[in-house]
Amino acid sequence: MAGETLAAGGYSLLALWGEPDCVHLSFWDAGSGAAAVMTLPCPEGRFPSIGRLHPPALRLERTIHDLFGLAAEESPDARPWLDHGVWETRFPLGKTSPSSGPTPYPFLPTEGEELHQVPVGPVHAGIIEPGHFRFTAAGETVVRLEERLGYVHRGVEGLLRGEDLEQAAALAARISGDTTAAYSSAFAQAVEAALDVEAPSLAHWLRALCVETERVANHLGDIGAICNDAAFARMHAFCSVLREKILRAADLCFGHRLMMDQIIPGGMRTVPPGEALRKLRELSEEITASLPGILQVYETTPSLQDRVVGTGVLSRALASQYASGGVIGRASGRLFDARCHLAYPPYSSLRFSVPVREEGDVDARISIRIREVEQSLDLIRQIIDGLPEGPASKPLPQERVAPGEGVALVEGFRGDLFAWVRLDERACVERCHFRDPSWFQWPLLEAVVYGNIIADFPLCNKSFNCSYSGHDL
Amino acid sequence: MTSDRPRSASSPRPRRPTLFGLIRSGLPEPPPPTDDTLVRDLGLRVQERARQRLGRSLALRLVDAGSCNGCELELHALQNPFYDLERFGLRFVASPRHADVLLVTGAVTRNMREALERTYQAIPDPKWVVAVGDCPATGGLFSQSYACVGPASAVVPIDLTIPGCPPRPQDLLAGLLALLESNGKPGRR
Ligand code: SF4
Repeated sequence: MAGETLAAGGYSLLALWGEPDCVHLSFWDAGSGAAAVMTLPCPEGRFPSIGRLHPPALRLERTIHDLFGLAAEESPDARPWLDHGVWETRFPLGKTSPSSGPTPYPFLPTEGEELHQVPVGPVHAGIIEPGHFRFTAAGETVVRLEERLGYVHRGVEGLLRGEDLEQAAALAARISGDTTAAYSSAFAQAVEAALDVEAPSLAHWLRALCVETERVANHLGDIGAICNDAAFARMHAFCSVLREKILRAADLCFGHRLMMDQIIPGGMRTVPPGEALRKLRELSEEITASLPGILQVYETTPSLQDRVVGTGVLSRALASQYASGGVIGRASGRLFDARCHLAYPPYSSLRFSVPVREEGDVDARISIRIREVEQSLDLIRQIIDGLPEGPASKPLPQERVAPGEGVALVEGFRGDLFAWVRLDERACVERCHFRDPSWFQWPLLEAVVYGNIIADFPLCNKSFNCSYSGHDL
Repeated sequence: MTSDRPRSASSPRPRRPTLFGLIRSGLPEPPPPTDDTLVRDLGLRVQERARQRLGRSLALRLVDAGSCNGCELELHALQNPFYDLERFGLRFVASPRHADVLLVTGAVTRNMREALERTYQAIPDPKWVVAVGDCPATGGLFSQSYACVGPASAVVPIDLTIPGCPPRPQDLLAGLLALLESNGKPGRR
């Protein structure tokens, strides 16, 4: 039923994940603005495939099979996804069985004259994360890209089982280093929901300060890096100076350049000194003042515009079908932002706009990033000016708590990331699941590259900037 | 969009937006002092012959063997105008066959083990391996996982470890400079 409504576009798929004997499905109903979680027990080790009706669920179902051994019935794609056949056991989080060893991965067949294949990765040429891309090209034009991921699967969900909240928070902070603040915030909010406690108001505001600072730093890095892939290195140099300044300001505020381990269940580990906040505020003004220059250079450099306009177009229909969040969805006309659609604190008290474009090309994704940097810098100033009084954390119950579950959806720089946790009576993690925004963006990169030349792949790829570590977990 | 008419010698240079004038001098920053113990540590391992052959220039190749991407971000930062890694003769290269030094990040995952081994083997001798961050140094928080091999030393021989989660750019620079110093002196003509 839910599968049909998802396929018809009535709901947006938020997450689909497993446990040893059941699967959970979470979706967002745009009509009512509500999110829900459904659970289906799988005593037979099987569940009806949702991917059969709604392709965005396919990789999630393959993952559920790899980790838990639960099979999606009638799935059109039952190939393994994260399991490359080199773990010691199969189904490591379910009923384990010895691994039968690696088998060749069956890439999708391609037929046609004069097609050639270009395999790339898992080790790439630059300083980036590992993954495999299999291009099929006719001359220079890509006729198919197939991704193979899972290389940085570290088994985070397995490690989280049974951990106390401090250790679990440290793991959550290391799922994806570029999104450490947003992951920590999502984990903290899910835990607080499970324990039915509310973090102090100051903590909400400081969390938002971290997440917005993280968004500015990453977007600046991406704007420069995309331009660099179009051979426009000066923008890269300039943006990397601004990014470095932001990281240094974050370091002054929180004692860590990426603000790792600062957001914890119950509140914040540190409260930034007033002087550091003043510096961050000043810097936000400095960067805001340089944005018109960035935009002007970007828009008036013909060699750059020539590469980005009309390149790597993602249709609105696909962005909506995949409920693709963040810059990628919003550059293709899908207006969703957890900060306004779920209005979790403190965003209900802050003023900001969410830029949307319809073109869906590399240009739209760059422009949206520039606008989002502007919005986030303004948010940083509003937050610093409006920081409430009071404590920044509250002690959490340590043991003999009522076991409970909690979910959270947090808008990180790539889009909405989903967290779910179930705590036991000692307030330790019994089970935990994270769904990175990239799950619903990676498959679209395959679609976007179709018909482009191989040489434009780096541009398309960088304009998506999907996470490997957050996806592979 | 601006005109892209060819510019004649007499016509004035079109005014470009002044954005890049915003970068004031003072960049790059002076290098951090290198750590003597690091230099000593490495000096023992680097052969005289290698020093003579490679001189004060090292080509670096990174393999993310299971990182959270935090360490990569700081390796990227080394190339920004504040740190400007290349002025020290250190540069990242695209192929392991061009590299002298393998940088490893992340607790090595089972899915990346083979790629790490093969990259190491593709680097010509003499070569060095640097473990960047706590993850490859000890396995970090991930060493007990079914999906991880653990520290990078279980797969490739490690010559230098730069601790941190992630190491700050200054620490990365100091570590790499130590590698370079031990590589360039003494005995280099
Ligand atoms: S050392 Fe820290 S920052 Fe580096 S990969 Fe490991 S967890 Fe990430």
